[in-house]
Amino acid sequence: MKEPPVIPRELLGAPPYLHVLRRRERWGKGEIVFWIALVAVFFLFPKNLLLASQILIAGLFALSLDLILGYAGIVTLGHAAFFGLGAYTAGLITKVGVHDPLLGLVAAGAVAAAAGWLTSPLVLRSNDLGRLMITLGIAMLLYEVANRATEITGGVDGLQGVEVGLVLGLFRFDLLGRTAYLYVLAVTFALFLLVRALMLSPYGLSLRCIRENNRRAQAVGVPIRSRLTNIYTLSALLAGVAGALLTQTTQFVGIEVLGFQRSADLLIMLIVGGTASLYGGFVGAAVFMLAQDRLANLSPVYWLFWLGLLLIVVTLYLDGGVVGGLKRLAAWWERRR
Amino acid sequence: MATILFDGIAYGMLLFLISVGLSVTLGMMGFINLAHGVFAMIGGYLLVTFTGKAGLSFFLALPLIFLATAAFSLVLEGSLYRQLYRSTHLKQVLLTVGIILVAVAAATYAFGPAQQPVQLPEVLAGQVVVLGAELSRYKLFLIAVGIAVTLALVFGLERTRFGARIRASVDRQSTAEAMGIHVGRVFQLTLAIGSGLAGLGGALGVNILGLDPHFPLKTLVYFLLVVVVGGAGSIPGTLLAAMVLGIADTAGKYYLPEVGAFIIYAAMIALLLAFPHGLLGRRRLA
Repeated sequence: MKEPPVIPRELLGAPPYLHVLRRRERWGKGEIVFWIALVAVFFLFPKNLLLASQILIAGLFALSLDLILGYAGIVTLGHAAFFGLGAYTAGLITKVGVHDPLLGLVAAGAVAAAAGWLTSPLVLRSNDLGRLMITLGIAMLLYEVANRATEITGGVDGLQGVEVGLVLGLFRFDLLGRTAYLYVLAVTFALFLLVRALMLSPYGLSLRCIRENNRRAQAVGVPIRSRLTNIYTLSALLAGVAGALLTQTTQFVGIEVLGFQRSADLLIMLIVGGTASLYGGFVGAAVFMLAQDRLANLSPVYWLFWLGLLLIVVTLYLDGGVVGGLKRLAAWWERRR
Repeated sequence: MATILFDGIAYGMLLFLISVGLSVTLGMMGFINLAHGVFAMIGGYLLVTFTGKAGLSFFLALPLIFLATAAFSLVLEGSLYRQLYRSTHLKQVLLTVGIILVAVAAATYAFGPAQQPVQLPEVLAGQVVVLGAELSRYKLFLIAVGIAVTLALVFGLERTRFGARIRASVDRQSTAEAMGIHVGRVFQLTLAIGSGLAGLGGALGVNILGLDPHFPLKTLVYFLLVVVVGGAGSIPGTLLAAMVLGIADTAGKYYLPEVGAFIIYAAMIALLLAFPHGLLGRRRLA
């Protein structure tokens, strides 16, 4: 016999959808375990913290893509443009004497957000295919710029000698990546809180509404254009911060931060993890990068093959990715009890 | 100047051969097939194998390649594409990107990462003087093939019953189905012909576009660009876009080698904004 859900006193007599909305806002057990596990990684795997922070950064980047792709339904093949902009901004700002990492993050986020805001009219006015082409074109254009402007960016050799100062003036980035991991975790968690709150708010619901049925959204009175513009800008901002985190923790900017492969990898991470679930990006990034760590070292060619196969299988047969699968498993378990 | 125009036209013909199938299938089913370049790559590798190891003649290899890539596209259609016709564009993109990655890995495994050379028959090697200008025989041959294919396509589309079915299906799928046209079958055949042409184009383009396992990724932008700029489903539009792109790219590489790929990407963004439905594409009602 299943217990009926407990209704808090202030909601007695309220319409049922309020209960549902309220339940969505509560932190689930899985979510709390997830973040505690990330803190535990610091103590359990002290030797693998560099990889762990890379995974977190990729997860944050995937979260930024999830905002526009999973929630708002904007297809893009060039999200690496914003990641790369953030990475280069964080690197270049240390060359002009600003070594504080948090200032670097702010600058990178601002530059990426500005780029996102400026390009959003180009991206949004088109249909799906046009959006693919335009986002791809913008990313390629930036790649070419970084490739040619060798005096500023170092071109194919990458931007070297990035000197990042102490976090909050206290903690130095060490070789084991202990500071880096905690720093990345803190920044990621803070941004995640923001995104979570946004996506659970009516604002987030209106984005889903736009994705599911554009015309109905319009009829209900959702200001589609401005909603999409500001989610695109926010997504660019997050991607820029993720890029800056990569620069600061590796002290190097390679030109591949802008490459097509990065955008494609990102898509794969998000799809494997599951879209529109907040955690899909992190899970997908972990699966992807752990697999890459193991398989790619064996042979890069085989890695690409498995990657493609994984993508095909997930697209055709595993709707919702890993997180979607886990949710279905949990629902099935719930029903069985 | 004349040489650049000539080279540009030859290059444009090549782009047209490869992209025309993509344009028609995209216009008909709205299926975003990013893996179209894979067929061109298969064509290229088949040519290398046929003329190299198997020792077939160049001219015998070309029709064989057309048939082989067409047959392969039917296999791919039946096993993978068909499941996603009514799905979202995102899923189609993911599936076809997956196919590209697998194809890149398979090509590297089979042929190695290096550029592949191909031996041209002697008839097509060297230059020929036409009206005082030295023109490459191979490129003349390319242009001739392109014109022949264009004429055949236009004739087939405008004058045959099957062409009428294709046009009806592109115009409006639901009405065509209501009139008793089996759109699925029409689509399969169109895809097969289009992929065969892509294979043919890929084979003819080994000397111009180059051939290595990353071919489908490198050329992806070009083919999509031709299709999107030309307007999906329009053969004259595709031809026009391919010519414009071929000439512009050749001229750009010749006059402004410093700027390089800038022009292509900037022009693409500008054209897409100015003509969201393509140069000769028609505005669709919803």
